[in-house]
Amino acid sequence: MIITPRINGDRIKRYLSEGKRFDGRKPDEFREITIETGVSKNAEGSARVKIGETEVLVGIKMAVGEPYPDSPDAGNMMVTAELLQLSSPRFEGGRPGFDSVEIGRVVDRGIRESKYIDFSKLCIEKGKKVWTVFIDIYSINDDGNLLDAAGIGAIAALKHAKIPKYDEKEGKVLFGELTKDGLPLAKGVPIAITVYKVGDKLLVDPTREEEDVSEARITTGISDGVISSMQKGMEKSLSVEEFNKILDIVERVWKDLNSKIEKI
Amino acid sequence: MVTKTFKRPDGRKVDEMRKITAKVGIVPNADGSAMFSFGDTIAVAAVYGPKMMHPQHSQNAEKGTLRCQYNMLSFSVTDRIRPGPSRRSMEISKITEWALEPVVMLKDFPTQVVDVHINILQANASTRCAGINAAALALAHAGVPMKNLVSSVSIGKLDKQLVVDLIKEEEDWEEGEGATDMPFTFTPDGQLTHVQLDGKITPKQLKEAVELARKATAEIYEIQKKALKEIGGK
Repeated sequence: MIITPRINGDRIKRYLSEGKRFDGRKPDEFREITIETGVSKNAEGSARVKIGETEVLVGIKMAVGEPYPDSPDAGNMMVTAELLQLSSPRFEGGRPGFDSVEIGRVVDRGIRESKYIDFSKLCIEKGKKVWTVFIDIYSINDDGNLLDAAGIGAIAALKHAKIPKYDEKEGKVLFGELTKDGLPLAKGVPIAITVYKVGDKLLVDPTREEEDVSEARITTGISDGVISSMQKGMEKSLSVEEFNKILDIVERVWKDLNSKIEKI
Repeated sequence: MVTKTFKRPDGRKVDEMRKITAKVGIVPNADGSAMFSFGDTIAVAAVYGPKMMHPQHSQNAEKGTLRCQYNMLSFSVTDRIRPGPSRRSMEISKITEWALEPVVMLKDFPTQVVDVHINILQANASTRCAGINAAALALAHAGVPMKNLVSSVSIGKLDKQLVVDLIKEEEDWEEGEGATDMPFTFTPDGQLTHVQLDGKITPKQLKEAVELARKATAEIYEIQKKALKEIGGK
Protein backbone atom coordinates (compact mmCIF):
# COMPACT_ATOMS: atom_id res chain seq x y z
CA MET A 1 0.00 0.00 0.00
CA ILE A 2 1.16 3.50 -0.78
CA ILE A 3 1.21 5.92 2.11
CA THR A 4 2.59 9.35 2.77
CA PRO A 5 6.01 8.99 4.41
CA ARG A 6 6.18 10.09 8.04
CA ILE A 7 8.90 12.62 7.19
CA ASN A 8 6.47 14.46 4.88
CA GLY A 9 3.73 14.26 7.49
CA ASP A 10 5.97 15.79 10.15
CA ARG A 11 6.94 18.59 7.81
CA ILE A 12 3.31 19.25 6.83
CA LYS A 13 2.48 19.64 10.53
CA ARG A 14 5.51 21.84 11.19
CA TYR A 15 4.57 24.13 8.30
CA LEU A 16 0.96 24.30 9.49
CA SER A 17 2.02 25.39 12.96
CA GLU A 18 3.34 28.50 11.21
CA GLY A 19 0.10 28.77 9.21
CA LYS A 20 1.77 27.60 5.97
CA ARG A 21 1.07 24.82 3.46
CA PHE A 22 3.31 23.21 0.83
CA ASP A 23 1.42 24.81 -2.05
CA GLY A 24 1.37 28.26 -0.46
CA ARG A 25 -2.32 28.25 0.45
CA LYS A 26 -3.78 29.55 3.70
CA PRO A 27 -5.33 26.87 5.96
CA ASP A 28 -8.88 27.89 5.03
CA GLU A 29 -8.22 28.36 1.31
CA PHE A 30 -9.45 26.00 -1.44
CA ARG A 31 -7.43 25.13 -4.53
CA GLU A 32 -8.78 26.42 -7.81
CA ILE A 33 -12.18 24.91 -8.62
CA THR A 34 -13.28 24.40 -12.20
CA ILE A 35 -16.77 23.19 -13.00
CA GLU A 36 -17.83 22.04 -16.43
CA THR A 37 -21.32 20.79 -17.23
CA GLY A 38 -22.63 18.73 -20.13
CA VAL A 39 -19.64 16.43 -20.35
CA SER A 40 -21.54 13.26 -21.20
CA LYS A 41 -24.13 13.20 -23.98
CA ASN A 42 -26.30 10.28 -22.95
CA ALA A 43 -26.74 11.36 -19.37
CA GLU A 44 -29.71 13.55 -18.44
CA GLY A 45 -27.21 15.81 -16.74
CA SER A 46 -23.49 15.68 -16.11
CA ALA A 47 -20.58 17.60 -14.69
CA ARG A 48 -16.85 17.45 -14.30
CA VAL A 49 -15.38 19.11 -11.23
CA LYS A 50 -11.72 19.72 -10.63
CA ILE A 51 -10.33 20.96 -7.36
CA GLY A 52 -6.63 21.36 -8.04
CA GLU A 53 -5.63 17.98 -9.43
CA THR A 54 -8.56 16.15 -7.91
CA GLU A 55 -11.19 15.35 -10.50
CA VAL A 56 -14.63 13.74 -10.42
CA LEU A 57 -17.29 13.03 -13.02
CA VAL A 58 -20.94 13.03 -12.04
CA GLY A 59 -23.81 11.86 -14.21
CA ILE A 60 -27.57 12.01 -13.67
CA LYS A 61 -29.80 9.29 -15.06
CA MET A 62 -33.52 9.10 -14.48
CA ALA A 63 -35.98 6.26 -14.53
CA VAL A 64 -39.67 5.76 -13.87
CA GLY A 65 -40.64 3.31 -11.18
CA GLU A 66 -42.98 2.62 -8.32
CA PRO A 67 -42.82 4.96 -5.33
CA TYR A 68 -41.99 3.71 -1.85
CA PRO A 69 -45.13 2.80 0.08
CA ASP A 70 -44.47 5.49 2.71
CA SER A 71 -44.23 8.27 0.11
CA PRO A 72 -46.69 7.40 -2.70
CA ASP A 73 -46.58 10.87 -4.23
CA ALA A 74 -42.85 11.58 -4.12
CA GLY A 75 -39.99 10.78 -6.43
CA ASN A 76 -36.80 9.09 -5.28
CA MET A 77 -33.09 9.68 -5.40
CA MET A 78 -30.14 7.34 -5.27
CA VAL A 79 -26.54 8.41 -4.92
CA THR A 80 -23.66 6.04 -5.55
CA ALA A 81 -19.95 6.73 -5.73
CA GLU A 82 -17.28 4.58 -7.26
CA LEU A 83 -13.57 5.10 -6.73
CA LEU A 84 -12.27 4.00 -10.11
CA GLN A 85 -9.03 2.09 -10.21
CA LEU A 86 -7.82 4.39 -12.97
CA SER A 87 -7.84 7.35 -10.61
CA SER A 88 -5.26 6.19 -8.09
CA PRO A 89 -2.78 3.35 -7.58
CA ARG A 90 -4.39 2.93 -4.17
CA PHE A 91 -7.85 1.95 -5.31
CA GLU A 92 -8.68 -1.69 -5.64
CA GLY A 93 -11.44 -3.34 -7.61
CA GLY A 94 -14.14 -5.55 -6.26
CA ARG A 95 -16.95 -4.81 -3.87
CA PRO A 96 -17.39 -1.13 -2.98
CA GLY A 97 -15.35 -0.33 0.10
CA PHE A 98 -16.33 1.94 2.93
CA ASP A 99 -14.81 5.09 1.40
CA SER A 100 -17.04 5.00 -1.66
CA VAL A 101 -20.12 4.11 0.39
CA GLU A 102 -19.40 7.05 2.68
CA ILE A 103 -19.05 9.52 -0.20
CA GLY A 104 -22.38 8.35 -1.63
CA ARG A 105 -24.16 8.62 1.69
CA VAL A 106 -22.71 11.98 2.71
CA VAL A 107 -23.60 13.53 -0.67
CA ASP A 108 -27.05 11.93 -0.51
CA ARG A 109 -27.81 13.41 2.89
CA GLY A 110 -26.51 16.86 1.94
CA ILE A 111 -29.01 17.00 -0.93
CA ARG A 112 -31.91 15.19 0.73
CA GLU A 113 -31.85 16.96 4.10
CA SER A 114 -31.57 20.43 2.59
CA LYS A 115 -34.67 19.63 0.48
CA TYR A 116 -32.74 20.73 -2.59
CA ILE A 117 -34.85 18.52 -4.87
CA ASP A 118 -38.62 18.94 -4.60
CA PHE A 119 -39.55 15.27 -4.81
CA SER A 120 -43.29 15.98 -4.80
CA LYS A 121 -42.89 17.43 -8.30
CA LEU A 122 -41.34 14.16 -9.53
CA CYS A 123 -44.58 12.23 -9.16
CA ILE A 124 -46.21 11.13 -12.42
CA GLU A 125 -49.12 9.10 -11.06
CA LYS A 126 -49.72 8.91 -7.33
CA GLY A 127 -48.92 5.52 -5.87
CA LYS A 128 -47.96 4.10 -9.26
CA LYS A 129 -45.30 6.03 -11.12
CA VAL A 130 -42.64 8.42 -9.96
CA TRP A 131 -39.26 9.55 -11.24
CA THR A 132 -36.12 8.25 -9.60
CA VAL A 133 -33.04 10.43 -9.93
CA PHE A 134 -29.79 8.48 -10.00
CA ILE A 135 -26.70 10.50 -9.13
CA ASP A 136 -23.58 8.51 -9.98
CA ILE A 137 -20.19 9.81 -8.96
CA TYR A 138 -16.89 8.56 -10.35
CA SER A 139 -13.38 9.58 -9.34
CA ILE A 140 -11.03 10.37 -12.23
CA ASN A 141 -8.02 11.55 -10.25
CA ASP A 142 -7.56 11.50 -6.49
CA ASP A 143 -5.44 14.26 -5.04
CA GLY A 144 -7.38 14.63 -1.82
CA ASN A 145 -10.79 16.03 -0.86
CA LEU A 146 -12.87 13.76 -3.09
CA LEU A 147 -15.75 14.28 -0.64
CA ASP A 148 -16.19 17.98 -1.37
CA ALA A 149 -15.52 17.51 -5.10
CA ALA A 150 -18.24 14.86 -5.23
CA GLY A 151 -20.72 17.16 -3.48
CA ILE A 152 -20.05 20.06 -5.84
CA GLY A 153 -20.18 17.71 -8.85
CA ALA A 154 -23.58 16.37 -7.81
CA ILE A 155 -25.02 19.90 -7.54
CA ALA A 156 -23.56 20.96 -10.88
CA ALA A 157 -24.92 17.85 -12.62
CA LEU A 158 -28.36 18.28 -11.05
CA LYS A 159 -28.50 21.89 -12.19
CA HIS A 160 -27.56 20.84 -15.71
CA ALA A 161 -30.04 17.94 -15.93
CA LYS A 162 -33.16 17.95 -18.09
CA ILE A 163 -36.03 15.51 -17.55
CA PRO A 164 -36.38 13.04 -20.46
CA LYS A 165 -39.65 12.67 -22.36
CA TYR A 166 -42.04 10.08 -21.06
CA ASP A 167 -44.58 8.24 -23.18
CA GLU A 168 -47.54 7.78 -20.84
CA LYS A 169 -49.45 5.46 -23.18
CA GLU A 170 -46.59 3.05 -23.64
CA GLY A 171 -45.26 3.67 -20.15
CA LYS A 172 -41.80 4.16 -21.55
CA VAL A 173 -39.11 6.74 -21.01
CA LEU A 174 -37.87 8.11 -24.33
CA PHE A 175 -34.22 8.27 -23.40
CA GLY A 176 -32.18 10.60 -25.52
CA GLU A 177 -35.15 12.92 -26.04
CA LEU A 178 -35.01 15.53 -23.34
CA THR A 179 -37.76 17.97 -22.41
CA LYS A 180 -36.94 21.59 -21.70
CA ASP A 181 -37.73 21.04 -18.03
CA GLY A 182 -34.94 21.01 -15.52
CA LEU A 183 -35.26 19.21 -12.21
CA PRO A 184 -37.37 20.93 -9.51
CA LEU A 185 -34.52 22.41 -7.49
CA ALA A 186 -34.48 24.89 -4.61
CA LYS A 187 -32.69 28.21 -4.96
CA GLY A 188 -30.08 27.78 -2.29
CA VAL A 189 -27.50 25.15 -3.22
CA PRO A 190 -26.36 22.72 -0.51
CA ILE A 191 -22.57 22.70 -0.41
CA ALA A 192 -20.50 20.08 1.40
CA ILE A 193 -17.48 21.52 3.17
CA THR A 194 -15.07 19.27 5.01
CA VAL A 195 -12.74 20.64 7.66
CA TYR A 196 -9.76 18.44 8.56
CA LYS A 197 -7.67 18.34 11.70
CA VAL A 198 -3.97 17.90 10.99
CA GLY A 199 -1.76 17.87 14.07
CA ASP A 200 -3.57 20.43 16.19
CA LYS A 201 -4.49 22.70 13.28
CA LEU A 202 -7.63 22.88 11.13
CA LEU A 203 -7.64 23.15 7.33
CA VAL A 204 -9.90 22.76 4.31
CA ASP A 205 -9.42 21.12 0.91
CA PRO A 206 -6.43 18.89 1.73
CA THR A 207 -4.14 17.48 -0.92
CA ARG A 208 -3.73 13.69 -0.83
CA GLU A 209 -0.68 14.04 1.44
CA GLU A 210 -2.43 16.39 3.84
CA GLU A 211 -5.50 14.13 3.94
CA ASP A 212 -3.24 11.16 4.72
CA VAL A 213 -1.82 12.78 7.83
CA SER A 214 -5.12 14.19 9.08
CA GLU A 215 -6.67 12.45 12.05
CA ALA A 216 -10.20 13.86 12.24
CA ARG A 217 -12.62 15.59 9.92
CA ILE A 218 -16.12 17.00 9.87
CA THR A 219 -18.17 17.29 6.68
CA THR A 220 -20.94 19.89 6.86
CA GLY A 221 -23.71 20.35 4.31
CA ILE A 222 -24.81 23.99 4.31
CA SER A 223 -27.27 25.97 2.18
CA ASP A 224 -28.55 29.52 2.71
CA GLY A 225 -26.32 29.64 5.79
CA VAL A 226 -28.30 26.82 7.43
CA ILE A 227 -26.63 23.51 8.25
CA SER A 228 -28.58 20.49 7.06
CA SER A 229 -26.16 17.59 7.38
CA MET A 230 -23.01 16.76 9.23
CA GLN A 231 -20.73 13.83 9.78
CA LYS A 232 -17.56 13.46 11.76
CA GLY A 233 -14.98 11.06 10.40
CA MET A 234 -11.81 9.38 11.60
CA GLU A 235 -10.20 8.32 14.81
CA LYS A 236 -9.28 11.49 16.74
CA SER A 237 -11.59 13.46 19.00
CA LEU A 238 -12.27 17.19 18.92
CA SER A 239 -12.77 19.63 21.77
CA VAL A 240 -15.96 21.71 21.86
CA GLU A 241 -13.77 24.74 21.18
CA GLU A 242 -12.40 23.13 18.01
CA PHE A 243 -15.91 22.15 16.97
CA ASN A 244 -17.08 25.74 17.29
CA LYS A 245 -14.04 26.93 15.34
CA ILE A 246 -14.93 24.47 12.57
CA LEU A 247 -18.42 25.96 12.36
CA ASP A 248 -16.89 29.41 11.93
CA ILE A 249 -14.57 28.17 9.15
CA VAL A 250 -17.50 26.49 7.41
CA GLU A 251 -19.56 29.68 7.41
CA ARG A 252 -16.62 31.65 6.01
CA VAL A 253 -15.71 29.15 3.29
CA TRP A 254 -19.37 28.65 2.39
CA LYS A 255 -19.83 32.34 1.51
CA ASP A 256 -16.89 32.04 -0.84
CA LEU A 257 -17.90 28.79 -2.56
CA ASN A 258 -21.58 29.67 -2.72
CA SER A 259 -21.01 32.65 -5.00
CA LYS A 260 -19.11 30.37 -7.40
CA ILE A 261 -21.53 27.45 -7.41
CA GLU A 262 -24.73 29.48 -7.57
CA LYS A 263 -23.68 30.79 -10.95
CA ILE A 264 -23.54 27.42 -12.70
CA MET B 1 -33.73 27.92 25.15
CA VAL B 2 -35.62 25.40 27.27
CA THR B 3 -39.29 26.22 27.04
CA LYS B 4 -41.65 24.71 29.56
CA THR B 5 -44.70 24.77 27.31
CA PHE B 6 -43.36 22.50 24.54
CA LYS B 7 -45.25 19.18 24.47
CA ARG B 8 -43.35 16.04 23.49
CA PRO B 9 -45.41 13.10 22.20
CA ASP B 10 -44.51 10.94 25.22
CA GLY B 11 -44.82 13.76 27.74
CA ARG B 12 -41.13 14.05 28.59
CA LYS B 13 -39.47 17.35 29.45
CA VAL B 14 -37.35 18.75 26.64
CA ASP B 15 -34.11 17.86 28.43
CA GLU B 16 -35.34 14.53 29.79
CA MET B 17 -34.04 11.25 28.44
CA ARG B 18 -36.10 8.08 28.31
CA LYS B 19 -35.59 5.51 31.06
CA ILE B 20 -32.09 4.17 30.67
CA THR B 21 -31.04 0.69 31.62
CA ALA B 22 -27.49 -0.56 31.39
CA LYS B 23 -26.31 -4.03 32.27
CA VAL B 24 -22.87 -5.52 31.91
CA GLY B 25 -22.15 -9.20 31.32
CA ILE B 26 -25.02 -10.67 29.37
CA VAL B 27 -23.26 -12.87 26.79
CA PRO B 28 -21.33 -15.49 28.74
CA ASN B 29 -19.27 -16.60 25.73
CA ALA B 30 -17.90 -13.12 25.04
CA ASP B 31 -14.83 -11.57 26.63
CA GLY B 32 -17.01 -8.62 27.49
CA SER B 33 -20.65 -7.73 26.89
CA ALA B 34 -23.32 -5.23 27.77
CA MET B 35 -26.89 -4.17 27.14
CA PHE B 36 -27.89 -0.52 26.93
CA SER B 37 -31.37 0.84 26.35
CA PHE B 38 -33.07 4.17 25.90
CA GLY B 39 -36.73 3.25 26.55
CA ASP B 40 -37.77 0.87 23.77
CA THR B 41 -34.44 1.06 21.95
CA ILE B 42 -32.36 -1.89 23.05
CA ALA B 43 -28.77 -2.54 22.00
CA VAL B 44 -26.57 -5.48 22.92
CA ALA B 45 -22.81 -5.44 22.40
CA ALA B 46 -20.28 -8.27 22.72
CA VAL B 47 -16.51 -7.99 22.58
CA TYR B 48 -14.16 -10.72 21.44
CA GLY B 49 -10.44 -10.10 21.79
CA PRO B 50 -7.81 -8.77 21.67
CA LYS B 51 -7.07 -11.80 19.51
CA MET B 52 -4.94 -12.73 16.49
CA MET B 53 -5.81 -10.76 13.37
CA HIS B 54 -6.62 -12.89 10.34
CA PRO B 55 -5.69 -12.60 7.54
CA GLN B 56 -2.17 -11.85 8.64
CA HIS B 57 -1.64 -9.10 6.07
CA SER B 58 -4.33 -7.04 7.82
CA GLN B 59 -2.21 -6.84 10.96
CA ASN B 60 -0.90 -3.45 11.97
CA ALA B 61 2.51 -3.72 13.59
CA GLU B 62 2.15 -0.34 15.29
CA LYS B 63 -1.25 -0.56 16.89
CA GLY B 64 -4.15 -2.86 17.42
CA THR B 65 -7.30 -2.76 15.33
CA LEU B 66 -10.79 -2.00 16.58
CA ARG B 67 -13.44 -3.61 14.41
CA CYS B 68 -17.10 -2.80 15.02
CA GLN B 69 -20.12 -4.35 13.44
CA TYR B 70 -23.53 -2.72 13.84
CA ASN B 71 -26.54 -4.78 12.89
CA MET B 72 -30.28 -4.43 13.29
CA LEU B 73 -32.27 -7.61 13.75
CA SER B 74 -34.75 -8.02 10.92
CA PHE B 75 -37.72 -7.75 13.27
CA SER B 76 -36.40 -4.85 15.34
CA VAL B 77 -38.54 -2.37 13.38
CA THR B 78 -42.10 -2.40 12.03
CA ASP B 79 -41.08 -2.95 8.37
CA ARG B 80 -38.83 -6.00 8.25
CA ILE B 81 -35.17 -5.25 7.44
CA ARG B 82 -33.44 -7.55 4.99
CA PRO B 83 -30.82 -9.44 7.01
CA GLY B 84 -27.17 -8.74 6.26
CA PRO B 85 -25.08 -5.61 5.87
CA SER B 86 -26.49 -2.51 4.15
CA ARG B 87 -24.92 0.82 3.23
CA ARG B 88 -26.48 2.31 6.34
CA SER B 89 -25.16 -0.38 8.67
CA MET B 90 -21.69 -0.19 7.09
CA GLU B 91 -21.60 3.52 7.80
CA ILE B 92 -22.82 3.19 11.38
CA SER B 93 -20.25 0.43 12.02
CA LYS B 94 -17.46 2.75 10.90
CA ILE B 95 -18.86 5.73 12.81
CA THR B 96 -18.96 3.55 15.91
CA GLU B 97 -15.29 2.60 15.46
CA TRP B 98 -14.37 6.27 15.13
CA ALA B 99 -16.46 7.16 18.18
CA LEU B 100 -14.65 4.58 20.33
CA GLU B 101 -11.09 4.71 18.98
CA PRO B 102 -10.03 7.89 20.82
CA VAL B 103 -10.46 6.13 24.18
CA VAL B 104 -9.18 2.63 23.32
CA MET B 105 -5.43 2.26 23.85
CA LEU B 106 -4.77 0.50 20.57
CA LYS B 107 -1.00 0.86 20.98
CA ASP B 108 -1.17 -1.65 23.83
CA PHE B 109 -2.01 -4.55 21.55
CA PRO B 110 -0.20 -4.20 18.22
CA THR B 111 -1.04 -6.75 15.48
CA GLN B 112 -4.12 -7.85 17.48
CA VAL B 113 -7.76 -7.14 16.78
CA VAL B 114 -10.74 -6.45 19.03
CA ASP B 115 -14.10 -7.32 17.55
CA VAL B 116 -17.19 -5.49 18.79
CA HIS B 117 -20.51 -6.91 17.66
CA ILE B 118 -23.49 -4.62 18.21
CA ASN B 119 -27.02 -5.81 17.65
CA ILE B 120 -30.18 -3.79 17.92
CA LEU B 121 -32.87 -6.03 19.37
CA GLN B 122 -35.65 -3.47 19.32
CA ALA B 123 -35.62 -0.01 17.78
CA ASN B 124 -37.34 3.25 18.54
CA ALA B 125 -34.74 5.75 17.24
CA SER B 126 -31.30 6.58 18.70
CA THR B 127 -30.08 3.06 17.91
CA ARG B 128 -26.52 4.11 17.06
CA CYS B 129 -26.23 6.00 20.35
CA ALA B 130 -27.49 3.01 22.34
CA GLY B 131 -25.07 0.82 20.37
CA ILE B 132 -22.07 3.03 21.14
CA ASN B 133 -22.97 3.18 24.84
CA ALA B 134 -23.31 -0.61 24.99
CA ALA B 135 -20.03 -1.06 23.08
CA ALA B 136 -18.10 1.21 25.47
CA LEU B 137 -19.40 -0.83 28.41
CA ALA B 138 -18.61 -4.15 26.74
CA LEU B 139 -15.05 -3.02 25.96
CA ALA B 140 -14.52 -2.00 29.58
CA HIS B 141 -16.01 -5.29 30.75
CA ALA B 142 -13.62 -7.20 28.50
CA GLY B 143 -10.70 -5.42 30.16
CA VAL B 144 -9.53 -3.86 26.90
CA PRO B 145 -7.15 -1.04 27.89
CA MET B 146 -9.07 2.24 27.76
CA LYS B 147 -8.40 5.81 28.79
CA ASN B 148 -12.04 6.38 29.54
CA LEU B 149 -15.60 5.51 28.54
CA VAL B 150 -17.58 7.34 25.89
CA SER B 151 -21.27 8.26 26.13
CA SER B 152 -23.61 8.93 23.26
CA VAL B 153 -26.95 10.71 22.98
CA SER B 154 -29.17 12.09 20.23
CA ILE B 155 -30.23 15.71 20.34
CA GLY B 156 -33.21 16.75 18.24
CA LYS B 157 -34.60 20.01 17.01
CA LEU B 158 -38.37 19.78 16.59
CA ASP B 159 -39.58 22.85 14.76
CA LYS B 160 -37.51 25.39 16.77
CA GLN B 161 -37.22 23.47 20.03
CA LEU B 162 -34.13 21.49 21.06
CA VAL B 163 -34.88 18.20 22.83
CA VAL B 164 -32.82 15.33 24.22
CA ASP B 165 -33.05 11.65 23.20
CA LEU B 166 -35.35 11.40 20.17
CA ILE B 167 -38.02 8.76 19.67
CA LYS B 168 -39.23 7.64 16.23
CA GLU B 169 -42.32 9.82 16.40
CA GLU B 170 -40.09 12.85 16.97
CA GLU B 171 -37.66 11.86 14.22
CA ASP B 172 -40.62 12.08 11.84
CA TRP B 173 -41.73 15.49 13.18
CA GLU B 174 -43.25 17.53 10.37
CA GLU B 175 -44.64 20.71 11.95
CA GLY B 176 -42.82 23.99 11.46
CA GLU B 177 -39.18 23.49 10.59
CA GLY B 178 -39.50 19.72 10.91
CA ALA B 179 -37.01 17.49 12.69
CA THR B 180 -33.26 17.73 12.93
CA ASP B 181 -31.48 14.69 14.34
CA MET B 182 -28.03 15.11 15.87
CA PRO B 183 -26.31 12.16 17.52
CA PHE B 184 -23.26 13.14 19.61
CA THR B 185 -20.65 11.09 21.45
CA PHE B 186 -18.46 12.61 24.17
CA THR B 187 -15.75 11.44 26.54
CA PRO B 188 -16.36 12.41 30.18
CA ASP B 189 -13.73 15.16 29.85
CA GLY B 190 -15.63 16.80 27.00
CA GLN B 191 -13.85 15.54 23.89
CA LEU B 192 -16.19 15.07 20.94
CA THR B 193 -15.59 11.70 19.28
CA HIS B 194 -18.63 11.52 17.03
CA VAL B 195 -21.24 13.81 15.55
CA GLN B 196 -23.73 13.47 12.74
CA LEU B 197 -26.58 15.72 11.68
CA ASP B 198 -29.64 15.48 9.46
CA GLY B 199 -32.10 18.31 9.12
CA LYS B 200 -31.84 22.08 9.25
CA ILE B 201 -30.16 24.15 11.92
CA THR B 202 -28.24 27.39 12.22
CA PRO B 203 -24.63 27.29 13.43
CA LYS B 204 -25.69 29.21 16.56
CA GLN B 205 -28.33 26.66 17.57
CA LEU B 206 -25.95 23.83 16.80
CA LYS B 207 -23.60 25.24 19.43
CA GLU B 208 -26.49 25.14 21.92
CA ALA B 209 -27.19 21.53 20.94
CA VAL B 210 -23.58 20.64 21.78
CA GLU B 211 -24.06 22.00 25.31
CA LEU B 212 -27.25 19.96 25.78
CA ALA B 213 -25.41 16.86 24.56
CA ARG B 214 -22.58 17.50 27.04
CA LYS B 215 -25.05 17.57 29.93
CA ALA B 216 -26.94 14.46 28.82
CA THR B 217 -23.78 12.43 28.16
CA ALA B 218 -22.51 13.32 31.64
CA GLU B 219 -25.69 11.72 33.05
CA ILE B 220 -25.25 8.66 30.84
CA TYR B 221 -21.65 8.34 31.99
CA GLU B 222 -22.77 8.04 35.62
CA ILE B 223 -25.22 5.27 34.67
CA GLN B 224 -22.51 3.44 32.72
CA LYS B 225 -20.10 3.67 35.67
CA LYS B 226 -22.76 2.30 38.01
CA ALA B 227 -23.42 -0.62 35.67
CA LEU B 228 -19.72 -1.50 35.63
CA LYS B 229 -19.56 -1.46 39.42
CA GLU B 230 -22.43 -3.94 39.61
CA ILE B 231 -20.60 -6.67 37.70
CA GLY B 232 -20.69 -9.96 39.49
CA GLY B 233 -23.01 -8.83 42.26
CA LYS B 234 -26.67 -8.12 42.51
